[in-house]
Amino acid sequence: MKLKLHAAALAAATLLALPAQAQTEIQWWHSMTGALGDRVTEMATGFNASQKDYKVVPVYKGSYPESMTAAIAAFRAGNAPHIVQVFEVGTATMMSARGAIKPVYQLMKDSGQPFDPKSYVSAVAGYYTDSKGNMLSMPFNSSTPVFYINKDAFKKAGLDPNAVPKTWKDFGIAAGKLKASGQSCVYTTGWPSWVHVENFSAWHNLPIGTKENGIGGIDTQFTINSPLHVAHIQMLGDFAKNGWFTYAGRRNEAEAKFFSGECAMLTSSSAAQANIRKNAKFEFSVNFLPYNDTIKGAPQNSIIGGASLWVLAGKKAVDYKGVAQFFNYIARPELQASWHQGTGYVPLTNAAAELTRKTGYYEKNPGTDVAVKQLNNKAPTANSKGLRFGNFVQGREVIEEEIESVLAGKKDAKTAMDEAVRRGNEILRKFAAANKE
Amino acid sequence: MEKRVFFRSAWLPYLLVAPQLAITVIFFFWPAAQALWFAFLRQDAFGMRSEFAGLDNFRDLLADSNYLQSFQVTAVFSVLVAVGGLALALLLAVMADRVIKGALGYRTLLIWPYAVAPAIAGVLWGFMFAPSIGIVTYALKGFGIHFNWVLQSDQAMLLVVMASVWKQISYNFLFFLAGLQSIPKSLIEAAAIDGARPFRRFWTIVFPLLSPTTFFLLVVNIVYAFFDTFGVIDATTQGGPSGATQILVYKVYNDGVKAADLGGSSAQSAILMVIVIVLTVAQFRFVERRVNY
Repeated sequence: MKLKLHAAALAAATLLALPAQAQTEIQWWHSMTGALGDRVTEMATGFNASQKDYKVVPVYKGSYPESMTAAIAAFRAGNAPHIVQVFEVGTATMMSARGAIKPVYQLMKDSGQPFDPKSYVSAVAGYYTDSKGNMLSMPFNSSTPVFYINKDAFKKAGLDPNAVPKTWKDFGIAAGKLKASGQSCVYTTGWPSWVHVENFSAWHNLPIGTKENGIGGIDTQFTINSPLHVAHIQMLGDFAKNGWFTYAGRRNEAEAKFFSGECAMLTSSSAAQANIRKNAKFEFSVNFLPYNDTIKGAPQNSIIGGASLWVLAGKKAVDYKGVAQFFNYIARPELQASWHQGTGYVPLTNAAAELTRKTGYYEKNPGTDVAVKQLNNKAPTANSKGLRFGNFVQGREVIEEEIESVLAGKKDAKTAMDEAVRRGNEILRKFAAANKE
Repeated sequence: MEKRVFFRSAWLPYLLVAPQLAITVIFFFWPAAQALWFAFLRQDAFGMRSEFAGLDNFRDLLADSNYLQSFQVTAVFSVLVAVGGLALALLLAVMADRVIKGALGYRTLLIWPYAVAPAIAGVLWGFMFAPSIGIVTYALKGFGIHFNWVLQSDQAMLLVVMASVWKQISYNFLFFLAGLQSIPKSLIEAAAIDGARPFRRFWTIVFPLLSPTTFFLLVVNIVYAFFDTFGVIDATTQGGPSGATQILVYKVYNDGVKAADLGGSSAQSAILMVIVIVLTVAQFRFVERRVNY
């Protein structure tokens, strides 16, 4: 009896000790490491200090596929975080998971937060918007592939470092001269599928898949074996044969080959700029991607890559209010402008882009505006708005495998791209079957 | 005489083994059963919709050229790893067995790699052979060999085989050395007196007497090549280029964890389970007959 009383007293004391109104915690799972991880923490701390009701807790959950898998597993176990950062190839999977996600436009409406989708840069927001024009996730870190050249290597090869190749034809001429000057690696690329298939298509206004690259519906098919696509991949294969193109890998391995001075030209993410600037012991410039001038209307505009923040379903309304407030906090122009300038990711809102321009940042740091200009080169078409393919993690791998076999000289481009389409479509059919309306 | 313990009560023995059984059921049977069940389902990543798909997942797999390639890759890979690892370890063990001075030092050095985790082994070898910056790649360049496992599938296979064999050599070495030391010296001396040369002595006396060890190691190495080499592959080629080093277990991981295709991945693990059972049974039935205990 005495023991019971003690226990009751203890429980009462604990209850009393709690503050009258507890802060609501908001779990945010992300995949940002190093300096980017610090920025994520900064955002959360800044938001937590700006108000008293909510506490955003950022948790690093491993690489993009890892944190996505972790969030899915947590959701299945009824233990999901509020916000999870998902890379762009996971977009279709997240979108089809109706009932598992809380679309951002809905979130903003339900929690009565001000929200104007038009204030977001359309090339960015379009990627995460459904065919009805509703924004489903919150864009976070977005970049686009750009073309870097080593100016010193150009000079050494007797080329004008300011006359950067604009077309693939000019590129070939420059590559030949660089090779002749003894450059051991002339050109390399990061993210082969993203740069040479997905962005190649958008940049030349060619479809990657039917139904507006899958944005218009789940019953889409790949169209990357068109003669123009095949010609481009064949060109890469020929470059490899000539010793003009050194393949580095499927991710950003190529970037180190460029900033070490080994390779004279690079196509990779605009977000690589910070790293290149820090490491390169030579002069370099950032430029538009080369294009094929025999294709009418090129260049169009490029498309983004990176990740967005998804809100998972099944939380309390009060929690969602906090998430909505947090999203509005990170969309602030000052915060976005500093994020853009510090990381090389493109700004999410037009206001942030304007703010950066006004402060004269672009004049002081030439090349930092290339990504934004390239994304906004022309008004996006159905082919250049973005893409949305189910299980694209696998789909992209298939494309990369087939490109690799062309570069290794095992297949010709036509056979490889036909095979990529055939295998890719199988994956799409499987996804469609598992995600029927 | 047989040693036996009798329990008076009927439930006590069950109670005593219950914790062990519980662990086996919870951590082995239950997930395995779930994987089998998932193999017959079609579901989205979040588990919002799920329907019975019959044998569709298996049919899709068998029609997938990539999956069939993975079989071939696994066969080549495991034969290379098992045979290469056993042959090298046996050679080293025979050599180490003859060394008298400083034997302990040699042996310790040979056993070292076993303490290295597979992923670390992969990273180490990946660095040494890294295209353009690896020390070995650089040396090979001097001989006019361009080593680029990021693109060349044969070289990628060579790299993961080397790293996996290196990692497993110490284990094999230990067992071979113990086996060699348990062979009676008198047998070898008798053969020597009869005029048998070392080479002949090895093949007619030592090797047959080692066969139980060799057989055991063969089973262990094949299982190692099938499953434990995951770390090596994940840390280096990640199954590439063009799926040239994508062994079955890596594909299970890739499709299930990275691509969130649970049905396909579960069907693959069911098939993998069958393969390993068949392989082990076959080894015991056919290879073991030739073993002299």
